[in-house]
Amino acid sequence: MALLEITDLVGGYGGAPILNGVNLAIEQSDIGVIVGPNGAGKSTTLKAIFGLLKVTGGSIRFMGEEIQNALPDRLVPKGLSFVPQEKNVFVSMSVEENLEMGAFTRRDDFSATMNWVYDMFPVLREKRRQPAGELSGGQRQMVAMGRALMSQPKLLLLDEPSAGLSPRYVLEIFEQIVKVNAAGVAILMVEQNARQALAFASRGFVLATGRNRFTGTGQELIADPEVAKSFLGG
Amino acid sequence: MNELIFFFNNVVVAGIVLGSIYAVGAIGVTLIFGILRFAHFAHGDMMTMGAFIAFLLAMAATALGITTPLVPTGFLVLPIAMFLAAGVALGLDKGFYAPLRKRGARPVTLLIASIGVTLIIQGLIRLFFGSGTWSFFEIETKQLIRIPVPLEGVTRTINFTQPQLLMVICTAIAVLALHVFLTRSRLGKAMRAMADNADLAQVSGINTKLVVRVTWVIAGALAAMAGTMLALDVSLKPDLAFNIVLPIFAAAIVGGLGQSYGAIAGGFLIGFAETLSIFNWSVLLRPLANALPFEVPATLAIVPTEYKLTVAFVILVVVLLWRPTGIFKGASS
Ligand SMILES: Nc1ncnc2c1ncn2[C@@H]1O[C@H](COP(=O)(O)OP(=O)(O)OP(=O)(O)O)[C@@H](O)[C@H]1O
Ligand SMILES: [Mg+2]
Repeated sequence: MALLEITDLVGGYGGAPILNGVNLAIEQSDIGVIVGPNGAGKSTTLKAIFGLLKVTGGSIRFMGEEIQNALPDRLVPKGLSFVPQEKNVFVSMSVEENLEMGAFTRRDDFSATMNWVYDMFPVLREKRRQPAGELSGGQRQMVAMGRALMSQPKLLLLDEPSAGLSPRYVLEIFEQIVKVNAAGVAILMVEQNARQALAFASRGFVLATGRNRFTGTGQELIADPEVAKSFLGG
Repeated sequence: MNELIFFFNNVVVAGIVLGSIYAVGAIGVTLIFGILRFAHFAHGDMMTMGAFIAFLLAMAATALGITTPLVPTGFLVLPIAMFLAAGVALGLDKGFYAPLRKRGARPVTLLIASIGVTLIIQGLIRLFFGSGTWSFFEIETKQLIRIPVPLEGVTRTINFTQPQLLMVICTAIAVLALHVFLTRSRLGKAMRAMADNADLAQVSGINTKLVVRVTWVIAGALAAMAGTMLALDVSLKPDLAFNIVLPIFAAAIVGGLGQSYGAIAGGFLIGFAETLSIFNWSVLLRPLANALPFEVPATLAIVPTEYKLTVAFVILVVVLLWRPTGIFKGASS
């Protein structure tokens, strides 16, 4: 049984549906990468999984349980975490407080998780008393990921973690994502740096106009001449 | 020297007292704005209502003989009044604002609903208490505290009333408690998180409904406190809110909407500005009359007492021109 299984998902923001039948499945060991043109519905797919918009058709199963239209405060304790595309840190709060907010649903001692996050992103330990709004783009992205990891998720949803970062940081954040995955967290992420991300993806999904166009391992998609031509810029 | 003490009593003491009342009121306005993103116009009337609750409790306590010569009964019952007012605030939200939010009402709609709540509260108070003025000190007396200044030739004393002293102490306790709550407790931090970025707070799994309830509890309790303090300092009447709503909103906006510390700073700024501008500066100039090239008029205040309210308005405009998001960077909308 897949950790996350999405079947014929239909949904939108109230008007005409944006998603018109998305299918995807993720295993616990996977790094799934969703690519596709602007406006394809990539962010919308992640938001739908996370209960942030109305799902009108199809199903979303997480660990075998139907979760469509469940709200985040129920999903986070189940093991799902989400880093939105933008505005993904509490700018007026310190780095440490951002992490604490990620652990809001936990009532146990989360200091070990916090140490794990700090070990992964040592620069955050250094800046833990500083407001997140004062950090650089790359560091903010680390805070955002750290916040999402504090709930000890089984599946981490990331919306364009490399957006707006310099090439050096893009590589670094991808390395961290692989590390997080190696620690046992499944990843489902949307990426604009498609070729680079698909290179380490165990599953790739090409989305266009709200439905899957191609599905396969990352390597298969990169090798597919049609995918390369239409979606990876030749 | 005597003139300076007169200045101290009329400006510094009065400014601290008024500033405390405004600050405690403005914190509620700013918290509600931070969490629910609308201007809660009925806040002044929640203050009036809290004051009347305290007044009823004080009368009941007096009738039952539960009084002490140490503190005025109004302060004795204040914690209970704050508790009850918090309950009423929760009820107001559940009855009026929560259903609107559920339907996705815009902030303007909520603002107009809160004007409706204003009318309801004022109507209810008038129904039970009429439109007259009431005082906490009909049976008790307000103790005056005089502190002599040990300097030669000084005959005036520094004067303030016992309720004024207690008010300042209560304000300090409330501000400190709020600070500890917002910076140390899990729920307090969640409140700051939601004011900072409501969507991300939801995504983090923060129970936003709980945060909203806590916000109303704090805002309601502080409103009762501010209202009771005002009533203890001056007097209690159904339209108490009329003179208070502008200064507390000005304080909240000047401090940066959504910023608790800003609201406190704004409250004291407006309080001092009001006492400074109605002060009769002739008193200070008179000793220098011989050295001055003009005749000192009998009264020389920046604004006449009746126009005190305009001070808050002028400060609001000036600060917003200088810093559109308030002294502490707050929400711009
Ligand atoms: N909050 C919203 N309300 C209404 N429509 C929206 C909303 N957010 C996105 N849309 C619409 O949904 C469609 C898909 O948007 P989505 O954000 O999922 O695209 P995307 O694939 O993530 O694109 P990008 O690469 O630009 O991030 C777009 O046509 C967009 O205009
Ligand atoms: Mg997107």
